Parts: sequence; C-alpha cells; structure tokens
Amino acid sequence: MDIERSTFSSINSGPKLMDRGAEAKIYLKNNKILKLRISKSYRLNELDRRIRRHRTKKEAKIISDSRKKGVPTPIVLDLGDFYILLEYINGKKIKDDFENLSFDKYVQIGQNIGKLHSAGIVHGDLTTSNMILFNGKIYLIDFGLAEYDMHVESRGVDLHVLFQDIKSYHNKEEVIKHIKKGYSEAFEGSNKVFKRVSDISKRGRYN
Amino acid sequence: MISLGIEATAWNLSIGIVNEEEILSMKSSAYEPESGGIHPREASQNHSENISSLIKEAIESANLNPHDIDIISFSQGPGMGQCLRVAATASRALSLSLEKPLIGVNHCIAHIEVGRWDSGSKDPLVLYVSGANSQVLGYRYKKYRVFGETLDIGIGNALDKLGRSMNLSHPGGPKIEKLAREGSHLIDLPYTVKGMDFSFSGLVTSAENKLKEESRENIAFSMQETAFSMLTEVTERAMAHSDSNQLLLCGGVGNNSRLQNMLRIMCEEFGSEFYIPRSKLLGDNGVMIAHTGMKMYRSGISHPSSIEVRPNFRPDQAEILWRD
Repeated sequence: MDIERSTFSSINSGPKLMDRGAEAKIYLKNNKILKLRISKSYRLNELDRRIRRHRTKKEAKIISDSRKKGVPTPIVLDLGDFYILLEYINGKKIKDDFENLSFDKYVQIGQNIGKLHSAGIVHGDLTTSNMILFNGKIYLIDFGLAEYDMHVESRGVDLHVLFQDIKSYHNKEEVIKHIKKGYSEAFEGSNKVFKRVSDISKRGRYN
Repeated sequence: MISLGIEATAWNLSIGIVNEEEILSMKSSAYEPESGGIHPREASQNHSENISSLIKEAIESANLNPHDIDIISFSQGPGMGQCLRVAATASRALSLSLEKPLIGVNHCIAHIEVGRWDSGSKDPLVLYVSGANSQVLGYRYKKYRVFGETLDIGIGNALDKLGRSMNLSHPGGPKIEKLAREGSHLIDLPYTVKGMDFSFSGLVTSAENKLKEESRENIAFSMQETAFSMLTEVTERAMAHSDSNQLLLCGGVGNNSRLQNMLRIMCEEFGSEFYIPRSKLLGDNGVMIAHTGMKMYRSGISHPSSIEVRPNFRPDQAEILWRD
C-alpha cells in the first residue's frame, strides 16, 4: 500500500505486520508503529471513509491530550487521512496474562482511567487488549473510539465495558475492587461513576 | 423423548413440539395491534384467548395424543410479564394434568440453542437481534456471556419506532427493509458504538427528525446502513477478541437480508464461517423453547410448578449444563 511504502521508504526491508485487529493493521519498523485503519467492505464506501477519517484524526488528538494529563500513552509522531505514526511501546498486552498480574498493576489500571476521566476524556474501548505492560508501567493504547466527554453516563459505560470484559472473557471479577481503588485515587468524581456502572449493568429490556 | 414448548414473551404466541431429531409441529398466532406498538395487556389477552386451541392444534398436527408428551417447557423470560404469565399458567396446568416435568426456559438461550441445532454451528459467537434484544454473546465457562449489547433499545424496537413515525403498521422492520431497497443517498446519522456496546435511540430520533426534509426511502436506507454497520462492527470486534471463527445470527431481525449480507461479507473478510437457522426459527417460536427445554431436562434440570416468570431474565443468569 502506498501509505506504508512512503512512510518507510528510507528503509531497506519492509515493515513488519504486528497485529491485525478488527479496526486497523499495526505495522512496526525501527521502533515506530504505523496504525492504518482498514477499509471494510461490508459498509458503504462513503460511510467507511467518513468513519475512518474521523477516527484517525480524533485518535491522534486525544492521545496527545491524554498524555499531557499524565496518562501513559505512546507519543504521536505523524498523522495522515487514515493512518497515525506512533512511538513503539515494546511490552506485553495485559490480555495475555491478566489473571497473574500483581495487585498493584490492577490499581494502576484504575489510576490510568481515573486520570483520563479527570482530563475530560473517555476511552471508549477499555478492554485488556488495549493495555500494554512495559517496564512496570501500564500504557493505554487504541483511542479510536475515545471522546471528549464529561457525562457520568459515558464514564460509567467506560468502566462498565472493562468490567464486562473482565467478567466475561477473563472470569476474574475479584480484581475489579483494585481497579476501583486506583480509579478513586486518581479521580474525585468516582463514587457517582461507580453508582452509574451499577445502574448500567442492571439495564436490559422491558424496564 | 417428545417435548412441547410454549413461547409467549412478546407479540408472538407459538407452540412447538420436537423430539431429538426433528420438529414434529409448530403453530403460531401473532398479535397484531391496530395502531401504535404492542400493548402488553392486549397482547397477553390475545395469547390467553388463543393458547388452548393453539396447543390442541399443535398436538393434533403432530399426530400425537397429549399423553405422548414427555416434558412441558415454557419461555420463562425475559419478556413482558403479562405475556409470560400466560405461558407459565398454561404450562403449569398441562404439567400437572399430564403429570409430566415442567421446565422454564430462557428465551435468549433458546434462540441460540435452536440456532446451533438447525444451522449445525458448534461453538459460534452469536449475534442475537430481535425487537427488544440486541446482544453479542459467546459461550464461556458454562454460561452464555454477553460481550456486547444495546445500551438502550433493541434494533427491532428501533426499526419499529421509526416505522411508527412513518405511519407504517406494526411490525415496521420488514417494511423499513422494503423501503430501504429503494433508497440510495446516505444521510449523516449518529453512529454510536462504545467499545462493544451500542446505542440506537439517538439514531432513531435523528432519523425521525429528518422525515420533513428527506424521503422515507433514503431515511430507511440510512437507518439500516448505520445501525447494521454498528452491529457488524461490534460483532467483528467481539470475534477478534474472543478467537472464535464461527458466527451465528439469530432473532427475528436476522430475517433482514441487508443485515445478513453485511455479516456474510464481514465473515468472509475476517475468515470466519457464517451460520443462520431457517427463517421460521429466527423469530420467536415455540420450537426453540421445546428444543432447549429438552436439552435442559436431559442434563438434569426440571422445575417445581411454583416456578415464577422472570421478565428481566438475562442469558448470563442460566447455567448451560449440556455444553463442555
């Protein structure tokens, strides 16, 4: 693809495809990550381009803003219509060994989200696939669905999505209290959010 | 073993009779409101008026006598309380008079189980889309876990609501599908996906607001393209996160050909297999209740006649003892 070639044109061998998620292809070369949003054939081309362009631009801006407010994230190096060039965090996805983290790591996860919410940002896709452990520090990645949003509902959904991920995929509900501890340390409005999370999880049909 | 199942969670009353291999009969009676949406009391009245004769029809159509039936199952929930109680009452009466076991079945799980049975899919990720339900589910540790779901209304209800605003009679979904085929201009509507969850009420409201300036065809088209893209995106993300390579589509909205088409394309690109049961088993039906009740009974479950309905019964609240 031309975008990849031009970005890595000065390099002898091609970039390495690191990951192919549902949303994007991730390439690695010379300690830099290229995140390229994939076109989806199932949706209309117009809708597809609109979504990809919008998410790329927004993600870059939100990563920078989050970083400025103390959330560990990769640094944004360059930006195009459908791609972002980022610093490479050479660690392990939390998803791979979630059950065996030391308890302070769960607290750190909570603190990261707390700082993020304090910055008026919600991540939008908090799962264990979007957290990387490197040198004892947990980095947040994949801000493609993140929003500038201060509503307790959105913050509640942010936490709810992560808690659901932990309950359904990892089956390790007991670590949630450590995450909540970290979150309340970093964010003053935590109690309201916890209450909302409880409401959201009870919501279903026929209420 | 012969199993009789009664489905009455919403507007469709349906009786199904099955054995291990095949469907012996299925009889349904849908409540159709004159105008507006489903009124629970009127729907439940309709069900209680029809249930005795429908059960009789189903038994006769299967060339059986009532005493040939081995177990009685009913949709315990989730659903409209008044409608659920009609099924529960009739089931209790049958169970007591025939002296046969009684099983309360989770409606969502029934959709999944009959979907797996009829389509041949062994361990799929499931997209379940009906009037009130829109969920992405997967089997893990003896339960069907909800990986993603609607934060407000189900996709079927969203389409019906839009249909009502267009003065289309209930159910609006199929009529929206027809209009959408004539549409081609994509209107900018709110696309709301939050992680693995999604939300339709803002989308519906926005689509309704455009009725003054845009054609019904283009609104229907844009509503489907936006809503179904949201569902497909979340399904794909769940598939990537859970390492599954089979997708099962179930629920009444699964009848929508554009949605089927989108999911098929996504599966093809992703490299997974797409499964869907026959159309008559997609919507709410008694066969799925009978089939799932039989699986439950054979894994050791049966319920006392004092069993209550559960209008908010979530799929992750039931134990799946018949799967590894």
